[in-house]
Amino acid sequence: MSTATEFRAKTRTGRIADFVDQRVGGSMMVKEFGRKIFPDHWSFMFGEVALYTFVILLISGTFLTFFFDPSMAETHYDGSYNPLRGVEMSVAYASSLDISFDVRGGLFMRQVHHWSALLFVASVSVHMLRVFFTGAFRKPRELNWVVGGVLLVLSMAAGFTGYSLPDDLLSGNGLRIIDGVIKAIPVVGTYISAFLFGGEFPGNAIIGRLYMLHIMLVPALILLMVAIHLFMVVVHKHTQYPGPGRTEDNVVGFPVGPVYAAKAGGFFFIVFGVIALISGFFTINPIWNYGPYDPSPVSAGTQPDWYIGWVDGALRLMPGVLGNFSFEWIIPFPWGNNTLVLNVLLPALVPAIVLLGLMFTWLWIERWVTRDNREHHILDRPRNAPFRTAVGVAGVIFYSVMWAAASSDLIATHFHVALNDVTYWLRVLFFAGPVIGFIVTRRLCLALQRKDRDIVLHGREAGIIEMSPEGAFSERHEPLDEYKRYRLVSFESHDVIPAQPNAAGHITGAEKRRGALSRFFFEDRVAPVTPAELAEAHAHHGPAAVESGEKAQIGH
Amino acid sequence: MKALSQRRRHPLAAAALLLIGLVATGGLYTAAGSVNEAKASTVYTASDVEEGNKLFVANCATCHGLNAEGTPDGPSLIGVGAAAVDFQVGTGRMPMQMQGPQAQAKPVQFTDEQIGQLSAFVASLGAGPAVPHEEWLDTSLGNSANGGAVFRTNCAMCHNAAAAGGALTRGKFAPSLAGVSEAHIYEAMATGPQNMPVFNDSNISPEEKRDVITFLKEIESQGSPGGAALGSLGPVSEGLFIWTAGLGIIIAFTIWLTSRSS
Amino acid sequence: MGDHSHGGPNDSGTVAKAGPASLEKFQDPGLPPHRKRLADTYPRAEKRAERQVAWLFVISIIGTLSFFIAYFVIGRTDSISALRTQNMLLGLGTAFAMLGIGVGIVHWAKTLMPDHEVSESRHEIRPEADRQDAAKIIGDVIEETGIKRRPLIRNTVIGAIALAPIPAIFMFRDLDRTGASANQIVDRLRYTMWDKDVKLVRDPSGTPIKASDVQIGSVFHVIPEGLSEAEHPLNEKAKAVVLLMRLDPSKMNISPGRENWHYNGIVAYSKICTHVGCPVALYEQQTHHLLCPCHQSTFDLTQECKVIFGPAGHALPQLPITVDSEGFLVAQSDFTEPVGPSYWERG
Repeated sequence: MSTATEFRAKTRTGRIADFVDQRVGGSMMVKEFGRKIFPDHWSFMFGEVALYTFVILLISGTFLTFFFDPSMAETHYDGSYNPLRGVEMSVAYASSLDISFDVRGGLFMRQVHHWSALLFVASVSVHMLRVFFTGAFRKPRELNWVVGGVLLVLSMAAGFTGYSLPDDLLSGNGLRIIDGVIKAIPVVGTYISAFLFGGEFPGNAIIGRLYMLHIMLVPALILLMVAIHLFMVVVHKHTQYPGPGRTEDNVVGFPVGPVYAAKAGGFFFIVFGVIALISGFFTINPIWNYGPYDPSPVSAGTQPDWYIGWVDGALRLMPGVLGNFSFEWIIPFPWGNNTLVLNVLLPALVPAIVLLGLMFTWLWIERWVTRDNREHHILDRPRNAPFRTAVGVAGVIFYSVMWAAASSDLIATHFHVALNDVTYWLRVLFFAGPVIGFIVTRRLCLALQRKDRDIVLHGREAGIIEMSPEGAFSERHEPLDEYKRYRLVSFESHDVIPAQPNAAGHITGAEKRRGALSRFFFEDRVAPVTPAELAEAHAHHGPAAVESGEKAQIGH
Repeated sequence: MKALSQRRRHPLAAAALLLIGLVATGGLYTAAGSVNEAKASTVYTASDVEEGNKLFVANCATCHGLNAEGTPDGPSLIGVGAAAVDFQVGTGRMPMQMQGPQAQAKPVQFTDEQIGQLSAFVASLGAGPAVPHEEWLDTSLGNSANGGAVFRTNCAMCHNAAAAGGALTRGKFAPSLAGVSEAHIYEAMATGPQNMPVFNDSNISPEEKRDVITFLKEIESQGSPGGAALGSLGPVSEGLFIWTAGLGIIIAFTIWLTSRSS
Repeated sequence: MGDHSHGGPNDSGTVAKAGPASLEKFQDPGLPPHRKRLADTYPRAEKRAERQVAWLFVISIIGTLSFFIAYFVIGRTDSISALRTQNMLLGLGTAFAMLGIGVGIVHWAKTLMPDHEVSESRHEIRPEADRQDAAKIIGDVIEETGIKRRPLIRNTVIGAIALAPIPAIFMFRDLDRTGASANQIVDRLRYTMWDKDVKLVRDPSGTPIKASDVQIGSVFHVIPEGLSEAEHPLNEKAKAVVLLMRLDPSKMNISPGRENWHYNGIVAYSKICTHVGCPVALYEQQTHHLLCPCHQSTFDLTQECKVIFGPAGHALPQLPITVDSEGFLVAQSDFTEPVGPSYWERG
């Protein structure tokens, strides 16, 4: 039904926009999103860095697909890189050399692609850590956290399949290691290895298959996951840090159009520019140095790209034999002996299960222990969630010990220590590191919280020394204004919830465990300052004394 | 004839005569010198051996024995050859500073002449690898592609594919080969210093050794086409770089971007 | 700081607890007042910001032009240093082109666009009215299919849909392109190209090795003769590469049955690490240790390559060797156990 006043566009742009709008209903999207509010904090931008590096990967990757040939057929190099002239190699390796030396801008695009890949996984990881340490994974964002975890795994898969494509000595030895790990899988390992490589290792199918995974399947899955991830961010709206004017029921920030879109859009160009700068000045993955893959040679300092490092490090730390006891267990069966290759299976599986398992299930553990099923849109400052922060740091240390172990030989040569000693120390830190990290972090968080209380109760040290008429010296403290103060007091400090009886009046075993965990998590806690406590501090010491900084007894 | 005698008294005649004299003596010296050099790698005089003996007793005998027969502190040098001495002393590894898992290269303590004398003495004790002839060190005669293939199979596992060095067990290491002279590379292959295996001529032939040296010198001089090589140590330094410099620059930009403008 | 005088049996008292009496919290003071920027107050500051933004976009244009200079003026490079210069200029050009636009737009937003913080309320993600409507619709839909009243249809449809995708899994059986049976897939891991009288030749040149060539302290990287003519040379090489070294026979600890596997102290061992398959290539001649660079498995040559450090689980397999009538080193047979990483069926 036509309205009495039909819209007629005045400018040509207007007419084109009107044409499209009448056919797609864009006005509704403009209404919904045009002035949508997004909060602005630098720690929120890592997800954007990840998204933008992914876009750069797509752009640079598309360029490379025009020149790369994943065939493993044999050829002899006749390009312009002299130290490899005439050398026998696969077509895949030769085409990678051609991109580097005989396609203008090819080396630059290869470097843009590879540096972006490193930054992609790094920014996904930092983003994930930010979300963890600020508690942004709580309701309603649990599913988005799971999608993010899947994205992390997919990003590592994309990187691994990608750097194996040039079929050079370094990545080829990486594939050899993966083949060895796969063969260690009981019952089906040898078959999976044969299916993956199309026969015996190395075969001539693997590069082509990795190519398909790298340019089609994994990017498609990543795009799908990213779409779901962003859709949920729009539905849930972004979280925000505590502060004046910020509540669980609002979002405070800038509208999408124009400020937020300008900053976010401009940031894409900034990320691209930084990658371009790095790619112009720093070599990455110099495949011409490694030579073509051959099962016989190997280079000192054989490591995977950084994000696979933790798996390599775990493989290095595991001892294979202790005296005469071997971790390869030969199990007698009626039909003969079978070998359980624990020295490979344990390091390949256990740290992954622990880390990924904890990553995916932490939300539910926290919900269960705190019995907190409310929606949370205000973030926690990490110091205000000491237990969660400490667990997170313990996880980071666990990961980092394995990551460091992957570069054990380089640590040995650079710091002039014995290779074997590096391994022994890291084996100890593998177990002790997370425990020590947990304890230290928790104490640090509690101390920082006490410092915050101190600042609220007594104000900031102003650096001005005053002398009283009696001759005493004291430092002036300036009290916080109400906005700064609100930021330091507007947090929730979880209290211990002891085991509660259920509806039938019975305390179940699971509930007892929860109560015990709740005490372990929250027994040591620091609560935010209340108005009563502040008034008491003023009354107890007098406003002048408050400003002169006498220490108030905590809990008085 | 008149023209020539007239030019004899030209003011520049003296300068020309001086120039001819200098060129002649210099050229003769070079020619004589190179002939001697060609022989110098294999022929030592008796006085070289005697001087070398004196140097040896003063600097090496404490660990290697008065007649280089070896002691608990140092192995026997009988049969190691002049090449071994030229390498060890020429790179400063010997005299060793202190006992340890490995002799470290350090500032050279002797002059070339003294090194030659020490080599002469040790060579006189028993037949062993000789200092290589110039011909085998001439990189214009070598094939770097073949050298690269030989290097990757025999050397890269210790010294790294780009010759940047690598770790061995218990505090030992294979050093970077950057800046090492052609002769020393050859001698190290031929004598197998410390834990480096011996690559005698029937394992890696002199031509192949020359190819390896050609390869090493080519990759050293060409530099890295992509920019700074970050030590040619592979993904570890690349990962470290992106986490420190890369993320650092990005974070700096994000802090600027979200900060309030004045 | 460590005042425990207010503690009790269940808590230390040093850490503050907000007692039950003071549960009130501070009131939210609302958004802080907006502070104007220089560009908001002074037209000259505004004009200067405008000029800065414009200059940034100009820098971007210059960057784009530099890219073209690097690409077309330097053109096809003929040396590594020319390539490095071109790469650097392409990088600089792209960096300025991108950073110019990015920094320009962000600076524009920060200095000139309105910077008032605005508050917007959140909607309920799932209003109760929506839930009731949706629940009713789903109920109606299920009711109209009639599936609850028709268990025969329900059971058979579940059966059909569960079975239908299974063929897709078995379609991948021929990922192994060799046409090998399941037994052959496992069996072929046991055998390499080595056999009686196969000569040991150098890798990669292929020249045979005389016993007299091998001196104590040397290491030869070895492949079987005829490898380059094999149908799949790299596949064969991946199982057949061998390390050849010489020991003083008095230092060797030889286990029973292997007494004639060496020739005058010359021994040959598989080069494939028994951990996960990297080449165990580092030979330390004075310590007689073999080191794998990937995960640092260390094998002792004087104890038949027993594992003495690292994650490998068993010793390197030994290749029995001898010499032929001309003095060249040859194998006596294939390896007596599978080479390389362990697997379930290794036994």
